[in-house]
Amino acid sequence: MDPIAAKYLGAGLACIGMAGAAVGVGNIFGQFLSGALRNPSAADGQFPRLIFGFAVTEALGIFSLLIALLLLFAV
Amino acid sequence: MASPIKQFEIKPLISLGKIGDTPIAFTNSALFMFIAVGIIVAFLILSTRGRTLVPTRWQSLAELSYEFVANTVRQSAGHEGMKFFPLVFSLFMFVLVCNFVGMIPGTFTVTSHIIVTFAMAMIVFLTLCIYGFAKHGTHFFGLFVPSGVPGYVLPLVVVIEVISFLSRPISLSVRLFANMLAGHIALKIFAGFVASMLGAGVWAIFAPLPLALAVGLTALEFLVAFLQAYVFTILTCIYLNDALHPGH
Repeated sequence: MDPIAAKYLGAGLACIGMAGAAVGVGNIFGQFLSGALRNPSAADGQFPRLIFGFAVTEALGIFSLLIALLLLFAV
Repeated sequence: MASPIKQFEIKPLISLGKIGDTPIAFTNSALFMFIAVGIIVAFLILSTRGRTLVPTRWQSLAELSYEFVANTVRQSAGHEGMKFFPLVFSLFMFVLVCNFVGMIPGTFTVTSHIIVTFAMAMIVFLTLCIYGFAKHGTHFFGLFVPSGVPGYVLPLVVVIEVISFLSRPISLSVRLFANMLAGHIALKIFAGFVASMLGAGVWAIFAPLPLALAVGLTALEFLVAFLQAYVFTILTCIYLNDALHPGH
């Protein structure tokens, strides 16, 4: 296969990994909402934890984006 | 139409000679860093100049930003964490103002460059490593050994903890950089759709659709600009908490 073509295919394939992060981030906010609607008075205090979970989950999606960017611009 | 990457180009404004083969110059990136710092300094000095018991609008804005960051530090790193408040507040204000300045059309987004965000992440990482070792010595390694884990999975858990610890500066910097880069590229591409549709004869009647999307995306980008500054701040606090209290 043409190495340039393989590079672009690889970058596209690496982006599929972001789907997993999308599921995870959706899960976090969904679970937070369902918990927050049951006990709204406790919701505000958990906001930093929500953001922390979001950030850690998003990091894994960011890693796959990083692979795609490395393939596009660094390899 | 210009390429969507072109807005991130670094242009030398004033050349300052060379060190070896590397040209040293005052670039547009440096200019916008100075602008961001100037905005922060002017905002904080001017708003707290005439201090009153009942704050004016500007003073309450400055107090709001102080209280916001101070509460985040206290919640995530405890009262001991307040000794890092100057670092955390500086990082928050710098990232926030850089993100917002970058949202003005035609300006340069400092935080969309990995080298800038990585430098800030390394400041945080080295601070917590040096402070952790200075304060706790070898007890700092307790960070990698969670309590209550059965002995037979402990080696695996320690390896995972070490890798996750070392990937912190990478994920901290790449998150901010990638969010800014992707957001600005998306804005540029949707703005480009408007221009190319207007030039496509009868299809020009659909040009308002990508324009509306671009307006919506701009609003979303303002949210992301604030959220990423907040995420950077809160992760800094959580990492510093590990340096303050390394035992799990």
